[in-house]
Amino acid sequence: MAPAITLAAEAPKLSAANTGFMLICSALVMLMTPGLAFFYGGMVRVKSTLNMLMMSFISLGIVTILWVMFGFSMAFGTDSGSFIGWNSDWVGLTGVDKGELWGTYNIPLLAFMVFQLMFAIITPALISGALADRVKFSAWALFITLWATIVYFPVAHWVWGEGGWAFDLGVIDFAGGTAVHINAGAAALGVILVIGKRVGFKRDPMRPHSLPLVMLGAGLLWFGWFGFNAGSWLGNDDGVGTLMFVNTQVATAAAMLAWLAYEKIRHGAFTTLGAASGAVAGLVAITPAGGSVTPMGAIAVGAIAGVLCAMAVGLKYKFGYDDSLDVVGVHLVGGIAGSLLIGFFASGKGQSEATGVFYGNHSFDQLWKQLAGVGGVLAYSLIVSAILAFALDKTIGMRVPEDDEVAGIDQAEHAETAYDFSGAGGGAAKTAVTAPVAAVASKKVDA
Amino acid sequence: MKLITAVVKPHRLDEIKEALQAFGVHGLTVTEASGYGRQRGHTEVYRGAEYTVDLVPKIRIEVLVEDDDAEQLIDVVVKAARTGKIGDGKVWSIPVDTAVRVRTGERGPDAL
Repeated sequence: MAPAITLAAEAPKLSAANTGFMLICSALVMLMTPGLAFFYGGMVRVKSTLNMLMMSFISLGIVTILWVMFGFSMAFGTDSGSFIGWNSDWVGLTGVDKGELWGTYNIPLLAFMVFQLMFAIITPALISGALADRVKFSAWALFITLWATIVYFPVAHWVWGEGGWAFDLGVIDFAGGTAVHINAGAAALGVILVIGKRVGFKRDPMRPHSLPLVMLGAGLLWFGWFGFNAGSWLGNDDGVGTLMFVNTQVATAAAMLAWLAYEKIRHGAFTTLGAASGAVAGLVAITPAGGSVTPMGAIAVGAIAGVLCAMAVGLKYKFGYDDSLDVVGVHLVGGIAGSLLIGFFASGKGQSEATGVFYGNHSFDQLWKQLAGVGGVLAYSLIVSAILAFALDKTIGMRVPEDDEVAGIDQAEHAETAYDFSGAGGGAAKTAVTAPVAAVASKKVDA
Repeated sequence: MKLITAVVKPHRLDEIKEALQAFGVHGLTVTEASGYGRQRGHTEVYRGAEYTVDLVPKIRIEVLVEDDDAEQLIDVVVKAARTGKIGDGKVWSIPVDTAVRVRTGERGPDAL
């Protein structure tokens, strides 16, 4: 997040341009969560499509309320112990005036609040890809409630909140390489190590059921990511946000090409899933780095991340952990790559004067700071997420019964199916509009 | 009467339909099917994970004809379906006891 840039004592005045820009960016970032839902939803088998979509959508509901009630206060309130913030005026936003500006910036506090809300929404949603096909919806809803509160809000404070330890140390994370992507990727790893594999992992074919849906999702993510990245400068008075916008496009293009090239050499084909995954890997990697590097640096960051992530997605088969849709392989690995590459490619001409190893900094000091940020967030998120999943599993249970998982979690958890493939109505016998709720809930359709 | 069944490559459907119309067949039934013969399947790659897909999409065409036309009609279908490559499919016929046109109740060859 941007450091204070206002000169002298002159009090900032509200900028209509920056405020409008931030509201549009907020809407763009909001669209990323449905985009993510489609990106993930197309990758699962037909029988769990709706569950995958809902795992993202529910975050729009739950995290919005949490954020307004206390999340924003925890992430951006007055620091205590470099660990967590608090500001009782912001609880329920009861003490916030509509015209009140955000710190030393020329945008309203409410604009900053709603922009940051969208980040808080998508981060838990990112985790869902690793948990495809097998997690009870109630357990997931409870998990993201607790995870947002215990993991995301503190980590956002560390990285972006004034007084947070990573913020004070000088860790560069422009738009969420550590707070969003490493955080979500490490959480995904922690949870799947506890809850285990899908039934049939490595034995049954688990092909994506709709690659067009995946491409649509990747396209929406790419589009929304301009808001995510460029908006993170909170205005456009000095061109840094524009540099970020450009680098977002450049790195994503490079990563998509790199993934496709790797795949063509390694597996013999240019796949659509590779193009979509490469693009997302590039977006992830440039997220922390885009304000620090030049466009040429962005090509390097994107290309390196594209190849690294393409290699990383195979690891789950080697090590036997079921990261179903490669949240670890893309978000954790891409986030780490982008965060550490700042230590090499920071030009000193972007968001700050910090330079990387390739730009005359021979002390590696920025690289060490980046490593500290990466390591701290990764370890905290991994451990706390694993403990959370363990506690939920021992109490309400994290997974659906095996029968339901095999028959399809959509029917078991949502009482719906994603597609009606049959002209004859999919075998639905009768429309029972007035069916009692209990009957609907207990109805199991045999597959 | 005979029931001619052809399981063929989906993209040959239009040619087969035209050939059958030219031959004077008035109706047919088409179903999407999947299966494999000597062709077996193919390999798909998703994020580096290879899947062997052994059920290949096919079209199943069914036509009822009079006994005398059966052999000739089989030849028409085979000619229209053939690409010369592996996986062109199969055509076979079986005897049919009776057939009824639902609307009029006509039976036997009159129902065709």
